Formats: sequence, C-alpha cells, structure tokens
Amino acid sequence: MSFFDKLKNKFSNQSDGVTSKFKDGLSKTRDNFTGRMNELFAQYRTVDEDFFEELEEILIGADVGVTTVMELVEELEHEARIQNITDTRKLAPVISEKLAAKLEKREDDTRLNVQKDGLTVFLFVGVNGVGKTTTIGKVAHSFKQEGKKVMLAAGDTFRAGAIEQLEVWGERVGVDVIKQQAGSDPAAVMYDAIQSARSRKADILLCDTAGRLQNKVNLMNELEKVKRVISKEIPDAPHEVLLVLDATTGQNALSQAKTFKQVTNISGIVLTKLDGTAKGGIVLAIRNELDVPVKLIGLGEKVEDLQPFDAEQFVYGLFKELVEA
Amino acid sequence: MAFEGLAERLQGTFDKIKSRGVVTEADVKEMMREVRLALLEADVNFKVVKKFVNDVKERATGQEVMKSLTPGQQVIKVVNEELTNLMGKEQSKIAVSSKSPTVVMMVGLQGAGKTTTTAKLAQFLRKKNNRKPLMAAADVYRPAAIKQLETLGTELSMPVFSMGDQVSPVEIATRSVEQAKEDHQDYVLIDTAGRLHLDETLMDELVNIKEAVNPDEILLVVDAMTGQDAVNVAESFNEQLGITGVVLTKLDGDTRGGAAISVKAVTDKPIKFAGTGEKIDALEVFHPERMASRILGMGDVLSLIEKAEFSVDEEKAKEMERKMRTADLTFDDFLEQLEQVRGMGPLDELLNMIPGAGKMKGLKNAQVDESQIGRVEAIVRSMTKKEKSEPAIINASRKRRIAKGSGTTIQDVNRLLKQFEDMKKMMKQMSSMSKGKKKGKGNMSFPFM
Ligand SMILES: Nc1nc2c(ncn2[C@@H]2O[C@H](COP(=O)(O)OP(=O)(O)OP(=O)(O)O)[C@@H](O)[C@H]2O)c(=O)[nH]1
Ligand SMILES: [Mg+2]
Repeated sequence: MSFFDKLKNKFSNQSDGVTSKFKDGLSKTRDNFTGRMNELFAQYRTVDEDFFEELEEILIGADVGVTTVMELVEELEHEARIQNITDTRKLAPVISEKLAAKLEKREDDTRLNVQKDGLTVFLFVGVNGVGKTTTIGKVAHSFKQEGKKVMLAAGDTFRAGAIEQLEVWGERVGVDVIKQQAGSDPAAVMYDAIQSARSRKADILLCDTAGRLQNKVNLMNELEKVKRVISKEIPDAPHEVLLVLDATTGQNALSQAKTFKQVTNISGIVLTKLDGTAKGGIVLAIRNELDVPVKLIGLGEKVEDLQPFDAEQFVYGLFKELVEA
Repeated sequence: MAFEGLAERLQGTFDKIKSRGVVTEADVKEMMREVRLALLEADVNFKVVKKFVNDVKERATGQEVMKSLTPGQQVIKVVNEELTNLMGKEQSKIAVSSKSPTVVMMVGLQGAGKTTTTAKLAQFLRKKNNRKPLMAAADVYRPAAIKQLETLGTELSMPVFSMGDQVSPVEIATRSVEQAKEDHQDYVLIDTAGRLHLDETLMDELVNIKEAVNPDEILLVVDAMTGQDAVNVAESFNEQLGITGVVLTKLDGDTRGGAAISVKAVTDKPIKFAGTGEKIDALEVFHPERMASRILGMGDVLSLIEKAEFSVDEEKAKEMERKMRTADLTFDDFLEQLEQVRGMGPLDELLNMIPGAGKMKGLKNAQVDESQIGRVEAIVRSMTKKEKSEPAIINASRKRRIAKGSGTTIQDVNRLLKQFEDMKKMMKQMSSMSKGKKKGKGNMSFPFM
C-alpha cells in the first residue's frame, strides 16, 4: 500500500468528529497550499528554473523553512534530471513522495507519557504568548474527561495576571491549582505542587511556566532549575517536557526548538493557533532538523480545541487535492 | 545563530569580483540570489522579497554598480537604500489629538503582546511626553486579561478603567473615553482582546469600537517572530480597520524580524514602536534603518558607509566636483582624496565594523590594501609637478623613472594610472549624483578597496 493509500484509509476510518474538526482547522491551510500547487502546475508546464523557483516560494510561503526547502528542491532537481522528467504534472507525485519521506523518517510517537501508577508530571515551556497556559487548560480538560485526577501548578510567577489566568482555567475545567504569590520562586512552586499532588493522590500534575525568549540565558537557567527540582522529587519526572510553539512563528521556531531542547530536553511539541491562516509548515522543518515529535495541535481558544498531531493526516490535509487528482 | 548575515553571504562573490577586477551580470545574479535567501531566512514574505529583489536587480545592473570599482559595497548600498525606502526613513510619532483625550486602540492576534505594550506605551507617554494616560481593559475574553492590565496599572501607579468581563468591549471603550474626559487624562489606551483576522464576529466588534470612540490611532501589535503569515494578518486588519501604525514586539529575541518589512510593504503604515523586553520601560521609538540592517544581518556595515560619507569634507568635495566638471582633476587632488580616506581612521578598524570580518579572508586583503595606499602615495610623490597635473604625458621612460623613484614596479605605476582614469569616471558619477538629492553618494568607491 502506498503512503497516500495508507493515509486515505486512516483518514476515512477516523471518527467523524475528530476529522471534521481537524479538517475545519486545516481547511485554510490546505486551500491555500494546494491552491498554490495547482496554480503552479497550471502556470508552469515544463520543469525548468522558473518552476523550481516558484515551488520554492510555495513551500517557503508555508513557513517550511529555507534550509528544508532548498534541500527538497535540490533533491527534486536531481530526480527530474535522472528520470528525465520535463512535464510538471509528472513531477507532482515525486514532490509528494519526497515530502512524505521527510515526515516519515521514523515511526512517530505522539502518545503522551502517562505513568500507570503514581504521579505523572508534565512541564510546559515556550516563549511568551504562544499558548502555554491555554494548552494546559485544554490538556487538563481532556485528562479529566478520561477520569483522571488532575492538578495544575502556577509556575508563572512573573507575568502580571498569569496565576489568575491559570486559576480561571482551573475553575473552568474543575481542577485544583497550586500557587504561591506573584514573584515567588517558580522552583519552590513546583516543589510545593508535587507535595500537594502526592498527598491528594493526583494522577496528573500540569506545570505552567513563564514565557521566556530562548536567548535569555538567566531565564533559561531558571527553567533548568525548575526542571531539576521536579526530577529531584520524582526521579523520572517530568514525564513530558512540552514545548509550545505558535504556528504563526516563522524561522525562529526552529531556534526555539533547538534551545529549549538543549536546556530542558523537550520530549514533544504542541503546535498552537492552527485555526488561523498560518500554514504550519514549520512542522516539516522541525521534524526534518530535530528529533522531537509534534504531539498535539491547538485549533482554538476553547477547552476542546486540542487534537493529537497526526503527521500523515497533516500531509494529507496539505496535499489532499493533489493526491486525489 | 544559524543565520548568516548578508555581508558574509556576499563575501564569496566579492572575492571573485576582486580577483577578476570586473563585475559580470552573473555576479550580480549570484548576489541577488544571496540577497533573496537572506531576506527569506529573515522571514520576509516571499512576495515582498520577489518585488524587492527585482527592484534591486534593476539598480544593481545599472551603471552605478557595474562601473563601480567596488561593486560589492555598491550592491550592499543599493540593497540598504531600497530596504530603507521600503521601511520608511522617518521615525514616526504617536498621534496627538487637538481635542483631549487622544484615543489609541491596541489590536492584534492572540499572544502578540498587546496588554504589555499598552502598559509600556502608557509609561512611555508619561515619561517621555509628559502625558497622563488612562488604560482601558477591553479584553473581556482571555481569562484574567483585565487583572493583568490592572496589575500593571498598580505597578505603574496609573489608572486603569475596567468594568469587568460581563460588559461589551464597545461599552467599556466608550465609557473609558468619558472617564478620561472627566478626570482630565489626555490619552486613553484601549487594550482589546487578541483575535484572528478571520474571525468575523470579533473583527466586527473592533469596527464597532472604532465607530464608537473614533480613535486617533489604531496600533496593530505584531510579534517580531511572525513568519510568512504576517502579510495576511496585517493586510486583513488594515483592510477591516484602517490601522494607523504598527508596534513590533519581542525584538529582544534573536529573530531577524523580517515581518517588519512584510507588514510595512502590505499596509504602508509606519512601524512606530518596538518592544524590546519584558520590563515596562522596554519600549523604544522604532528606527527603520536599524531594522533594515538587523534583518539583513549587516551589523555595522551601514555605519561603515555612513562613516565614509561623513568624513569626506564637503568643501573639498565641492571643489573636486568643480574640477571634475572642468576636467582638470590632478594627481595632487588624488593625494588629497587619499588623505580623506585616511581621515576616516585605520582601514582595518573600519573593516572590523563589518560583522564576522575577523574570520574573513577579506580582512587580510584589507591590510594589504593599507600598504597599497602607501605605495600609491609613493608613486604620486615621485611624479613631477607637470606629470601630476597632466598624467597624459607619462610615457614609458617616465614610468620607469617613477617606478624606480617610488620603489615600485612599472606594473604598479600602470595600475595606478588606470585607476586614476577610473577614478575620474567615478568622480564624474559622483558629481552628477551629488547634484541630485543625496549628497556624497558613491563615496565608497575608493580605488584600493
Ligand atoms: N486562535 C488561537 N488562540 C490561541 C490558541 N492557543 C492559545 N491561544 C490564545 O493565545 C493567547 C496567549 O495564550 P496563553 O495561553 O496566555 O499563552 P502563554 O504562552 O501562556 O503566554 P505567556 O504566559 O504570556 O507567555 C491567548 O489569547 C490564548 O487564548 C490556539 O490554538 N488558537
Ligand atoms: Mg502563560
């Protein structure tokens, strides 16, 4: 079975609710991307320099990332040369194949690492305003739906109103929030939260942190310390360190992923704001350049606007028309 | 950072041109490809890049660059000039209404930094402009957004107008302006909820606020890290609301910030402020020219160009221009020109201002160039008075004498004579240009760089 056949099957077997939600969220992405692809093939009949330049632009326009795009285009140029392809339509399947190959580098693990017994701790990290706190609200909701006892740790003691924001989410979802005063040491909050979570026999503890730009060394050190305190209390915790990335972000998302990985050894990525017009192509670059899987995607501001990331579905969404054509 | 600045990117082509001595169309094409990649890596929207590169290419294949002795620098210069044109040269001030209070609306996507920027702007207006701003909490959607603004207000000891989250933002905005009038506050800064430009209901709400309070300023707050989507966001907010300016946030990060160009290109609205940190004081007036060099990673290349432009004595330049017009440039003038270059400081210091120059082969060349200046000087000083003012009379035997006298070779003398002719040409260009709008343009074309 070809990659896309597999994909099609998988897609049609999904429960309708999930896929339609996903499709809605991605429709903007897909229309735009494939719209441009089709335009491209209509406009450029023969495979030549102009064609590749246009292809480069489509991919770059989707925030795929210059390096990834250049690599891909080089491979395609090579392929076209050795296979002697001159008709752009004949090159279309090669393009899809190459992209798929980049995404299929390894079996992706988007499953969240939840402990069978005892307390599971997730740490959420990322730059300012990407959606960490909101994502925690959404994740808390989905664990609660599964019948788990969830608690939140208000580790953003820096930004004005951050603790209150998390408390509102706690109320919305119906889970407890462990907090200290604004300005207190975030590592101390985590320590406290773990003690409370243990004594209250919680299953899941979701830890919020203050947004920080990855080039702020002292703030990154602080984050390292927060993580260390958690590990000290529970040896294999945090069980997930999730880097939250805003899909609207351009090339800097790669730099974010790299630095946060270095400092906190992130275990997965949450890609938020895919309900906008941002194309989310940065995922390709991240998958291609870093060994960190995208685990969740954010598709809005409500508790239910969270989906597991499915790479195949994602590509299918982007190339649906092309595949079916 | 993984990013390579434009200067580094162009170095390879520069070297080739230098060793070959002439610039070909292929060189320009190669340089344009590097310019394109640099801009794309910096997140400038690809459509904007396309147009930009075409404009630059046109100028770069023109006389100005192709005939120049320093085509590399000329390309950077052209790129920079076009970029500055695009970004706007002027700093742009915040509006002030003749009728107090001045009303400012802050709008943008979720997470762009509106609330923080609102507080920073209030602080800026108080500190720098001696104003009394009132902040209005009209984000009734994001949990604790009102609380966030109130906390910032308390920290600043500045008033925040709020009515809780059960009142419509239009009502809050309207009442805040009334409140400001009553309290004699001369600015009202309305913090609105982040929203997607696609969200019709929420965009309509902004239009309603606009109609209700008739703002003097609608500032679109844009995250500097925004990628290709910046054009869609900016275009859409501008179409629906008619923004008056932009604030670029999170510039303290390590992003190049190409979104600045995209936003400016599609809206043609000035970027007025830049957020440069989480502290309330971290708001600066936006400098378009600095942004241009940040995006290109040109570092101080521009200061280098500036320095060259400033040090050339204007009086002397005028005199030189006169001489050019009457076609009587002499080797004495040439010497004078040399001294002016030296007046800018040691060449290697100048070159050190180029980012990454320390690692570049180019720097070694520059040191050679310094000794070359000495050689040029020696040659000129070995000429007779008549030879200096009438170089045409320098024949083979005179060349031999000059070479001997200056401790150089005949080839060196020949090269200099050729350069002198080229310099005359350059001066001609310069004089015709300086008669135009910009003074001192083309001054970077020194025959030994
Ligand atoms: N449209 C959309 N908005 C989102 C999404 N996720 C978060 N947001 C919004 O983005 C804004 C910022 O989200 P937060 O959760 O406060 O982000 P944060 O990373 O915790 O921010 P800081 O703590 O300030 O660094 C809020 O207005 C959220 O409602 C998403 O998937 N889609
Ligand atoms: Mg937060």
